[in-house]
Amino acid sequence: MIRSTSLPLYVTLATFVIAYALCASAYPAMLSTRVAANLLTDNAFLGIAAVGMTFVILSGGIDLSVGSVIAFTGVFLAVLLRDTSIHPLAAFAIVLALTTGFGAAMGAIIHHLEMPPFIVTLAGMFLARGAAYVLSVDSVPITHEFYDWLQDIYWKAPSGGRFRLTGALMVLTFLGGILVAHRTRFGQNVYALGGGAQTARLMGVPLGRTTIGIYAISGGLSGLAGIVFSLYTSAGYSLAAVGVELDAIAAVVIGGTLLTGGTGFVAGTFFGILIMGLIQTYIVFDGTLSSWWTKIVIGALLFTFILLQKGLTWATTLRRRPAPGSPMPS
Amino acid sequence: MTDPVRPVLHARGITKFFPGAIALADVELALHPGEVHALLGENGAGKSTLIKCLTGAYACDGGVVELDGQLVDPGSTQESQKLGIGTVYQEVNLLPNLTVAENLFLGRQPTRWGMISRRRMAAEAAEVLAGYGLDIDVREPLSHYSVAVQQVVAIARAVEMSGRVLILDEPTASLDQGEVELVFDVIRRLKARGLAIVFITHFLDQVFAICDRATVLRNGHVVGTRALADCAPRDIVHLMLGRQLESEVRERHGGQGGEVLAEIDGLGRRGMIEPFSMRIRQGEVIGLAGLLGAGRTETANLIFGAVQADQGGVRLRGRALSLKGPRDAIAARFALCPEDRKTDGIIGDLSVRDNIILALQARQGWARPIPRAKVEEIAQGYVRALDIRAASLDMPIRLLSGGNQQKALLARWLATEPELLILDEPTRGIDVGAHAEIIQLIERLREEGMSLIVASSEIEELVAYSTRVIVLRDRVQVAELEGGEITAGNIVRAIADEDREVA
Repeated sequence: MIRSTSLPLYVTLATFVIAYALCASAYPAMLSTRVAANLLTDNAFLGIAAVGMTFVILSGGIDLSVGSVIAFTGVFLAVLLRDTSIHPLAAFAIVLALTTGFGAAMGAIIHHLEMPPFIVTLAGMFLARGAAYVLSVDSVPITHEFYDWLQDIYWKAPSGGRFRLTGALMVLTFLGGILVAHRTRFGQNVYALGGGAQTARLMGVPLGRTTIGIYAISGGLSGLAGIVFSLYTSAGYSLAAVGVELDAIAAVVIGGTLLTGGTGFVAGTFFGILIMGLIQTYIVFDGTLSSWWTKIVIGALLFTFILLQKGLTWATTLRRRPAPGSPMPS
Repeated sequence: MTDPVRPVLHARGITKFFPGAIALADVELALHPGEVHALLGENGAGKSTLIKCLTGAYACDGGVVELDGQLVDPGSTQESQKLGIGTVYQEVNLLPNLTVAENLFLGRQPTRWGMISRRRMAAEAAEVLAGYGLDIDVREPLSHYSVAVQQVVAIARAVEMSGRVLILDEPTASLDQGEVELVFDVIRRLKARGLAIVFITHFLDQVFAICDRATVLRNGHVVGTRALADCAPRDIVHLMLGRQLESEVRERHGGQGGEVLAEIDGLGRRGMIEPFSMRIRQGEVIGLAGLLGAGRTETANLIFGAVQADQGGVRLRGRALSLKGPRDAIAARFALCPEDRKTDGIIGDLSVRDNIILALQARQGWARPIPRAKVEEIAQGYVRALDIRAASLDMPIRLLSGGNQQKALLARWLATEPELLILDEPTRGIDVGAHAEIIQLIERLREEGMSLIVASSEIEELVAYSTRVIVLRDRVQVAELEGGEITAGNIVRAIADEDREVA
């Protein structure tokens, strides 16, 4: 039985299948494992960031700092590997600790100072981007044999597609995200927070710990996305990844998560990412379309999904027995 | 009182001060196992304060709470919950976006290897709810179910987490008759399990239907604890209102009023107020009497269109009127002074002048501003006529006293020259002098031929100015008193419902 709450997830899934079928009917080559592998590799960093964003949006918040944190991570790694002889793995650990702490700090400010997440993470966005500029204004190439080694890890599918480490990392992140969201108390608390902070508090949800945890996850996953991005580009550049947070938000919404929080699925975001990647691939295949068409199609898709969500909410409230219009005076 | 059973919860000498007021004075409350205990009292009697003291939301300034003979001093609602005192509020405090099972187990989900076992959670939730006579799909989101079901889930959660004392703060306030039965059924089951239950409501017949004993609070004092089996609703009303109700018949004024202005035909809204009909004549003051929550405010709001009715209609001078909102009502020359003037009435930061002119300007539309001189004239006129004491017309209205704010609000609606003026608790929270002036004003407006509907909890006041009194109980109009029948005694009898039907 299909429950109305999981309907957005099925709609996203159906959209992806139909879109892929349409693409494949136009360009049969799109069915190759090569395309599938590239879909995963090219969107790996965005996907990882979107998992964090899903948690944030599920809790009713927003994180605008994602793109800046990705850029900062790239520059930080590049500068660290250029100027010191530290092993990349150690550098990864340092940068992940930094970004997780940065996210946690934003969460703490949001909770303790009762500030809207929009403003706090907007400040975080400027802060992280600024810190990246301080480290280096230019693009810094990363040349380290460990990086080359990591980039060379792949599994070659029979028909030639190369499934790389970063794509696998994204899939793992999604699997982890799904488990945390649906199978842990923390995940349940995230949903509770999105359903209504006051009620959640009355029901015994630790608001502070949950909020800080959510933004720490988002910060940490942005850091991970930054590492993946640096593997993808072999460089760190302070102007990179501008607006990635908005792409992540789009993926989350297309994936069926309500922007108001409380309803949605991490798995939906995965298909949101794939749909966005698919549009891009189609445009590359077509060759005549300008790349801006990606944005236009994503815009249209977003609108459709928002309308769909509105319609669903409307339909489910109609099905309910009428609730009293206004509370009784007490 | 010597009881064979030791009370589950025994609160003694509970005292709570608020700045400048004593909210609770030496209150005693004893709850026995397997008892449903009603906590009654008008607004501000101290019911919520007492509950908050018991559940640890407030720290008491004096007194002790014993739970099973042990002294307890819960510092928070969480702590009192752990001790065994669970509370369910009128507003369902659950999360609509989570499933029923998730709501029931939030914070204490059954886990396996560190992960929540959803299957076990659903199975256990279904089992728990079966004990409450509820057979629903616990995997559906809570928002799919009616308020009554949500309320039962809230009760189940509170009982599962606490299990000794259950406090129900107006759990039935937004339910209709059938839904109330569902909740009552659950209460009876819990009673059989030996829980001590505190039941707070404004519906007297519900009190008599489900409760064993009642404690009545007035002005922070316990005025009596009664076993309900051997007392009549009337005794309880007397305790609550606490007035020596004289039965003198006061001289009648002004006959039956003129021609019929408006006819209300079966107007109602599900879950809010049962359909009612009434005729309103010119030069008539219709009083709406009833206990808090009986439906006085709801009646007023429905007639004014502030709340949309879902059945019935209003005819004005024989012509059907479409009331889609206050704008339509204002266009039809209706006016409503709401009960809560701070949130629904005054706009605190605007000047006295602007507040007075607001409704008239709104009716004219923003495109045609009322000339400054005219505004001044109207505002000055009403300030003089109603004796509104303000240092200047430019001062923000929130700086005025309650009585003057109320008069300014009246001026706002009188400026629109209404044919039907609805006043909801016009004398609440104002001083004695202003009180008398407002009553005089009501008399004067009636003599001038205006129709008024006045909802009030002050029975003497209703007797003083009403030409007709409609008595509401549990959201139903139960009696209509006219002429010489209007006495405080008759109204109380109608409110208390001497020949009560079985709920």
